[in-house]
Amino acid sequence: MAEQQRIDEATGTRTVGHEWDGIEELDTPMPRWWLWTFYLTIAWAAVYVVLYPAWPMVNSATRGVIGWSSRGQLEQELAADATRRAPVVNAIAASPIAELPARPELMQAAVQGGGAAFRVHCVQCHGSGGAGVQTLYPSLTDDDWLWGGDLDRIDYTITHGIRNPEHPATRTSLMPAFGRDAILDARQIADVVSHVRVISGQEKPSASSARGATLFEANCAVCHGANGEGGRQVGAPKLTDAIWLYGGDRASIAATVANPRNGVMPRWGERLDPVTIKMLAAYVYSLGGGERAPATVAAAQGQGADGQP
Amino acid sequence: MDSLVSKAGGWMALALLALVMAAAAADAPFAVHMGIVAAACLIALWATVSRADFDAIARGILKMPGDEGVYDDDPIRWGAIATLFWGTAGMAAGLYIALQLAFPALNLNLEYTTFGRLRPLHTSAVIFAFGGNALIATSFYVVQRTCRARLAFPALARFVFWGYQLFIVLAATGYLMGVTEAREYAEPEWYVDLWLTIVWVAYLAVFVGTIVKRREPHIYVANWFYLSFIITIAMLHIVNNLSMPASLFGSKSYAAFAGVQDALTQWWYGHNAVGFFLTAGFLAMMYYFVPKQAERPVYSYRLSIIHFWSLIFLYIWAGPHHLHYTALPDWAQTLGMVFSVMLWMPSWGGMINGLMTLNGAWDKIRTDPIIRMMVMALAFYGMSTFEGPMMSIKWVNSMSHYTDWTIGHVHSGALGWNGMITFASLYYLVPRLWGRPRLYSLRMVNWHFWLATVGIVFYAASMWVAGIMQGLMWREYGADGYLVYSFAESVAAMHPMYLIRAAGGALYLAGFVIMLVNVWATLAGKVRAEKPMTETPYNAAADRPLAPVPAE
Repeated sequence: MAEQQRIDEATGTRTVGHEWDGIEELDTPMPRWWLWTFYLTIAWAAVYVVLYPAWPMVNSATRGVIGWSSRGQLEQELAADATRRAPVVNAIAASPIAELPARPELMQAAVQGGGAAFRVHCVQCHGSGGAGVQTLYPSLTDDDWLWGGDLDRIDYTITHGIRNPEHPATRTSLMPAFGRDAILDARQIADVVSHVRVISGQEKPSASSARGATLFEANCAVCHGANGEGGRQVGAPKLTDAIWLYGGDRASIAATVANPRNGVMPRWGERLDPVTIKMLAAYVYSLGGGERAPATVAAAQGQGADGQP
Repeated sequence: MDSLVSKAGGWMALALLALVMAAAAADAPFAVHMGIVAAACLIALWATVSRADFDAIARGILKMPGDEGVYDDDPIRWGAIATLFWGTAGMAAGLYIALQLAFPALNLNLEYTTFGRLRPLHTSAVIFAFGGNALIATSFYVVQRTCRARLAFPALARFVFWGYQLFIVLAATGYLMGVTEAREYAEPEWYVDLWLTIVWVAYLAVFVGTIVKRREPHIYVANWFYLSFIITIAMLHIVNNLSMPASLFGSKSYAAFAGVQDALTQWWYGHNAVGFFLTAGFLAMMYYFVPKQAERPVYSYRLSIIHFWSLIFLYIWAGPHHLHYTALPDWAQTLGMVFSVMLWMPSWGGMINGLMTLNGAWDKIRTDPIIRMMVMALAFYGMSTFEGPMMSIKWVNSMSHYTDWTIGHVHSGALGWNGMITFASLYYLVPRLWGRPRLYSLRMVNWHFWLATVGIVFYAASMWVAGIMQGLMWREYGADGYLVYSFAESVAAMHPMYLIRAAGGALYLAGFVIMLVNVWATLAGKVRAEKPMTETPYNAAADRPLAPVPAE
């Protein structure tokens, strides 16, 4: 090969002497900066693998001389943050939820924390602003509450969920499937729908709505109230306003009467700690529809028949 | 005659077997796939018995010159066409899914056109169909010339080409029908994996056979890279796809590994698919086409040896950096990170050797748009092989992981390095393979260069901004110590970045369309009358040398 070596004119460098399809190679030394940077990264790696967990052994790996682990770092950071937040968290924990609004600085901290938890756990259904999803999940920004909108009741709903069959303390009720189970026939359902649309101000009274009023009294009033004002003990929505979770047109109401949704919410008491739930309740309360606790009623009646507030 | 009968009988038997499998299929996609296999066998049967000279017909359609007998170039010509064909499909799919991210309505509410099914179609089409065909075609071209030997096993080489196309068709149709192993960049199911294994071993045989036949004393560096790419991809493909079919007549299988072992196997494969398919393989292209186009010797033989061996030794260990801060044990994360950082200089060795090969020919960047493409490819190669080790550092990764910065990183490498070096190599190859004096138009190459470059800049810049914005939003804590943003808010904030990214992709695709026109016209034998890329006219009036002054 040596006889094919030559000095390349443009660079003044000797070629190695190989040639393939006209391609030659110069015998340029490796760039110094390249070589030394390479050595430097190797040296850095050699130090790093001594400092940090690196070498797999028979049963476990080397732990590194500075004793770092990713789980350990996470625990430290969580503990540090818990210490930092402890005064506020303890104050919220010690304060009965109904008294939070009376202590604005605590209430504000609770709303902040609740907002953060809401963005992680609740936005999937209720939306990032709590506005809900039409025909699927209720808005939390208005004052139309299914199960009550004061702090205590919101807290209870979040803790125990709605219609969790395996959980006795859950909010529960079951609207009968008037159509599917043939309790009412199609004409009767149409009449009830007429009545509901009259009391919600969407239609003028008619013969159909008059027949519907009788049916309503017999079948619906027990939960929804004689005038359709709703019943929060059983989560029965108010039928006299313009807020319709599953739609307020004739077809939607008829579909709901025939085959009700009986919506479900998970219970968070088993997944979140009581302070977080308290903060979530404060956040939901603050979205616009929060109600004052009905002090006199609560004193007179105590709790509902099933022990729910 | 006997051999014809037995060949035809063999194809017939295979077609019947495929039809039986289709009839016995446990699920519809498997039946469709066996139908495709049967159709492929019947086409082969028809090609066998009709005894037409298909090479001559193909030469007529593709306007290919006859084989001069020195080198076996037909499979390379088909490969060049296939590269352009699959590139069109893959890049169009990429633009479409980029638009889907900006406008979700483009999912069309149809299972076949959802992002989840089109995304693997895009990645596989550009990596394996576009990139794979380019690698196979150029490797066959380079190995013959640098070994001064005709391709070994010519029939097997044709099998490699057509078998690889069948693999692509089965993979792509499978994705659309929802057939997937859910392993990134290795989504095809068990039977398609088996088929690719057969094709790949045949590829290895052809390549090694040609090297063995060589009439040169040494093996050129490009062939080291090609060989490391072929061997390592075989190993990665087999280990990563170890699985048990649920039924021999169905398209579902279960992976041999579970949990974090499965994740690590997947990313050992995924990272080295980048390392050996998209880096080693394309470096091989670089090592042949850059010195040829620049007409200069390779910068440093020593550097090529050291960076080759350090690259292939270090790359294989770096996969765990895809699993930082996961259930993967800390020690594996540490090793993944330090090997990635050590990989920085070995990767840059290829860039240095490529760029510095232009020593003595730097003026060609001004005059030769193909050299300009190669230089830009090497620049993007250098940039993304710096970005990669940097992103593998845990401190950086804790912010960049799961964000679109990763997408930007991949694309600056894929569009900038793999795309540009492939375009440049094809521009080099096409006139030579088809015996044309030059490309139809060098000015169109220049247009392609600028559209692609501006497109990549839009793409990479928007994804940097998007990724860092996502990373910062996800970890933004308020004064009270709570997260400030919900995930959906970070998605909404991405919208403008997604639009810019799609615009960049559209520019890149537009440049590729110009390439299609240019290649098509070159194949048709046209040469565009155009001004050369540079002219430095001689101005006699300005040339006024000092009159010699006689010494006094």
